[in-house]
Amino acid sequence: MRARPAAARLLAALAAGLAALAPLSWAQSPAQEPAPPVAAENLALDKRVAGLAHELRCLVCQNQSLAESNAPLAVDLRNQIREQLVGGASEREVREYMVARYGDFVLYRPPLKATTLALWIGPFVLLVAGAILLWRRLARRRAPEPPLSEAQRSRAAKLLE
Amino acid sequence: MRLAWVVGAFAALVVLLAVGLTLNPREVPSPLIGKPAPAFELPLLHAPEKTFTQREMLGKVWVMNVWASWCTPCLVEHPVVTALAKSGLAPVIGMNYKDAREDALPWLKRNGDPFLFSVYDAKGRIAIDYGVYGVPETYVIDPRGVIRYKHIGPLTPEVQRDKIEPLLKELSRES
Repeated sequence: MRARPAAARLLAALAAGLAALAPLSWAQSPAQEPAPPVAAENLALDKRVAGLAHELRCLVCQNQSLAESNAPLAVDLRNQIREQLVGGASEREVREYMVARYGDFVLYRPPLKATTLALWIGPFVLLVAGAILLWRRLARRRAPEPPLSEAQRSRAAKLLE
Repeated sequence: MRLAWVVGAFAALVVLLAVGLTLNPREVPSPLIGKPAPAFELPLLHAPEKTFTQREMLGKVWVMNVWASWCTPCLVEHPVVTALAKSGLAPVIGMNYKDAREDALPWLKRNGDPFLFSVYDAKGRIAIDYGVYGVPETYVIDPRGVIRYKHIGPLTPEVQRDKIEPLLKELSRES
């Protein structure tokens, strides 16, 4: 019973503290709002760079994309992407630039060609094969048991006695 | 019958995985083989005021080795690069990659300089055009300026003996 007033006082103090902090946060946000147009442009560019970097593989740490990796080469290649986009290249052109140097391997979304056919249709082939196997199995299970012959019947009866 | 199926499937899986284990995932087949070597003009490591261009390589077979003083595997392959240069089959030049002259020059002094000269790619910008993603890398470029071979990672005596030297001999016969 005695703990309650203490808890209430603590809550009140917390609320007062939050109230005191609130004006601060209010004061800060309007100051940030009028963003200069250059920053907005950079933001759009950053987005395009990040978008591309996410679908390109880092060749140093191959399980990471260029966006995730901090390897020096990944940093260089991110800068390359930015430079090219600033220079007016399209996303496709940047992708082609990377493929020309590092091969299809840099693409996390490999193109559909003869050498990648197994990669693209393999999962579907396996799915269909699995479905066929399952279907055959279930069909066999659903088939009624063949009726017992007279001899089997009398043998079963003997065993059950 | 069913057992045969299961054993067969398992054996196939084992073979598949075993083959996968023998492959080196770091060796990405380069799309640059058979393509013209990307053009460049770079300052020399020893003489910053002088430059060397890729066009000057035309008419001769070249070996180009991308190296850096901070790269430990470069030190490992150094005896092989030296032996290759000494064989005299082709001039061996270095491309010093993302390095500082104050580090690279003492490195050559310490370990010996097998290169005819090294070009200095401080920012690694030209190396990107050559698809370099890990030093050391070694290129064989033919007299028409076409990249004929690329080795990723440290050169070994086996690679030198079985891949590079036969190729250099073949190319010098052609020209």
